[in-house]
Amino acid sequence: MSNATHSGDAAFVEFERVQKSYDGETLVVKDLNLAIGQGEFLTMLGPSGSGKTTCLMMLAGFETATNGDIRLGGRPINNIPPHKRGIGMVFQNYALFPHMTIAENLSFPLEVRKMGKDEREAKVKRALDMVEMGAFGGRRPAQLSGGQQQRVALARALVFEPELVLMDEPLGALDKQLREKMQFEIKHISDNLGITVVYVTHDQTEALTMSDRVAVFDDGRIQQLAPPDKLYEEPENSFVAQFIGENNTMMGTIESINNGIAVVKLDGGGLIDCKPINVSKPGERTRVSIRPERVEFNKERLQPGAHTLKAEVLEFIYMGDIFRTRLRVAGNDEFIVKTRNAPDQKRLQPGTMLDIGWLPTDCRALDA
Amino acid sequence: MSDTTQAGPVLAADGTPLKTSLNRALRRQKMRALALIAPLLIFVLVTFIAPIGDMLFRSVENKIVQDTLPLTVAALADWDPGLRELPEEPVYAALAADLQVAVKEKLHTKLGTRLNYENTGMSSMFRQIGRDVTKWDLATDGPFKEKFIEENKGWGDFATWRTLKSYSPTLTSGYFLNSVDLEKGPDGIRARDDNQRIYITLFIRTLWMALVITGACLLLGYPVAWLLANLPNKSANLLMILVLLPFWTSLLVRTSAWKVLLQEQGVINDVLVAIGFVADESRLQLINNQFGTITAMTHILLPFMILPLYSVMKTIPPSYLRAAKSLGATDWTAFWRVYFPQSVPGIGAGAILVFILSIGFYITPELVGGTKGVFISNRIAYHISSSLNWGLAAALGTILLAAVMLLYWAYDKIVGIDNVKLG
Repeated sequence: MSNATHSGDAAFVEFERVQKSYDGETLVVKDLNLAIGQGEFLTMLGPSGSGKTTCLMMLAGFETATNGDIRLGGRPINNIPPHKRGIGMVFQNYALFPHMTIAENLSFPLEVRKMGKDEREAKVKRALDMVEMGAFGGRRPAQLSGGQQQRVALARALVFEPELVLMDEPLGALDKQLREKMQFEIKHISDNLGITVVYVTHDQTEALTMSDRVAVFDDGRIQQLAPPDKLYEEPENSFVAQFIGENNTMMGTIESINNGIAVVKLDGGGLIDCKPINVSKPGERTRVSIRPERVEFNKERLQPGAHTLKAEVLEFIYMGDIFRTRLRVAGNDEFIVKTRNAPDQKRLQPGTMLDIGWLPTDCRALDA
Repeated sequence: MSDTTQAGPVLAADGTPLKTSLNRALRRQKMRALALIAPLLIFVLVTFIAPIGDMLFRSVENKIVQDTLPLTVAALADWDPGLRELPEEPVYAALAADLQVAVKEKLHTKLGTRLNYENTGMSSMFRQIGRDVTKWDLATDGPFKEKFIEENKGWGDFATWRTLKSYSPTLTSGYFLNSVDLEKGPDGIRARDDNQRIYITLFIRTLWMALVITGACLLLGYPVAWLLANLPNKSANLLMILVLLPFWTSLLVRTSAWKVLLQEQGVINDVLVAIGFVADESRLQLINNQFGTITAMTHILLPFMILPLYSVMKTIPPSYLRAAKSLGATDWTAFWRVYFPQSVPGIGAGAILVFILSIGFYITPELVGGTKGVFISNRIAYHISSSLNWGLAAALGTILLAAVMLLYWAYDKIVGIDNVKLG
């Protein structure tokens, strides 16, 4: 599905040079360019204040872009009021109308579209059945649990068959287990209906689980726009590397770059092999980043001649499915290693000294 | 665990029934709570509930005839006003005896005043007879019937005696009948003469004007409350101060300000004349009528509408309106179908507050209402302080109280009182 998205002219939703300022002094969104394909599930991920919700609100029509164009199906929508955009939206607190029953809530968008009673009832029933809430039509929102309200909110955003649905942290209020269940449900429903979804969250797991592509926002800009696997494994800058998943980072200086392998001299001492990403020449400052699960203790698994670092085990934490070991590496006390809980896995005792290393492709030399 | 399987009452650990045990534990708390509210409770009982009770009782109390003329009342017991004949000599003799005592104790003018409410002219009859009756010798000067009629023809009038007879019981419905423009006639209860009917009109006017004021407050207050609830905090606070400002100004000052604004030579008329909207000789009559009362009272009561509305609107998240619009509703539909129904509890609270306050308003209508713009409360005040007919004032007040309670009950039936939110 995500393959259909990358040709620019087929874009269903397009942001072109969009800027947004509330006070006329600072830009909340700086030069946003984004093309979303028909049927794509795109997540805007970022810390609070990064501009992701503002982008969503501009798309929904509740905020106006200070500059630039937003197009929907090739049509500029800057001057179209929200109710004429035909975009479904799921809100953070669900925003189910408390004075109406569930069925009335779902019927509302159909009523304002002047749909006949029989057609309305059929559509409401179908939408409720889709989210497995068929038996709850006569209840009020306050009588439902958080998860049930969530489903109803989803059904209401879909009942008038919009091509584009926006979701603003819809799972934020649910507990962890329910959240994970709903992630899959939303994903399945959106795939089955073939609708385009723009999803805003600050939860990276959610973003990685559900999306075709993720746009990582920071400081009013998209820092990286990529499918989840690429985003996790090949972060393009240190913000993305640190924001997505857990990461060990260390500062250093480039010694040499040969055959796509950069040798970095760490500030805390020691040399290490990395993949150069945002660095080009020896002498440059860099921040190297390695995922905790890609650290290797077993020298035989490393390339011949690979550089290794001395490490001291500080703490061993048993977490069930994984072991989490805290090491002191090159003066960094917070170096984390994650290992799978397998029968032959060694449980490292505090005080043990060992050599660690990694494949150069797993360690990325990013901007300082 | 074992407690739930027992057949009898659930027992606490020491064997006493759990209920007794719980009550004992809670008693101390209850006593302390009671002690905390006791001063206020006593204060309210003594200064508020008791006087109101006393006042309500005055609306039916009528001991004055019985107390002042005990012998006459006893003598009149056998007299049947239905026969339309004057009473016999013994009644007149008894009246003479009663009056001699009453004049000595200076009670006869009071009784005259009281009976004058029911039958105009009786006040002067009692004053007149009071001057002479003490000179009569009860044993020798009879028969008294002719003497009385000689003194004042009113004593030979059948209506006088009917009034005396009607008001001799210690409880009377007279004040209440009077309050609704009825009176006791020879053939039972009948409507008063047209020129004496004022209270029904006043009651209806009071209710009607209170309703108009409530409506005006709602129309003017709703948008303000909406702004208050939706503006950013800084501007909302400023606006809130502007709303509350009237609260910090004396009611009298505000009403007087309206006098300055509205009078014929006042600011508004001057401006209208200056811009040529009205001619100098046909200045608008804005004060001393219903318009004046409604304008001034709407202004004074506006905060009582805005504040409950605001506190309810503050709890309606803006996302509801956004949700409605994203679902395809126009601004108006979103407001009317989604926002407005959720603000109804605030409307209910504000409307009840304003309506009940305005129904009992006194100072403002007194100052700017003229004759056409006064409320029933002004009439009550008149009877309390000028005409000293406290019984009638009490009856009018009781009817007003009952009307408010009836409306409150109706509101509860129609809207539901738990649907009212003050904050």
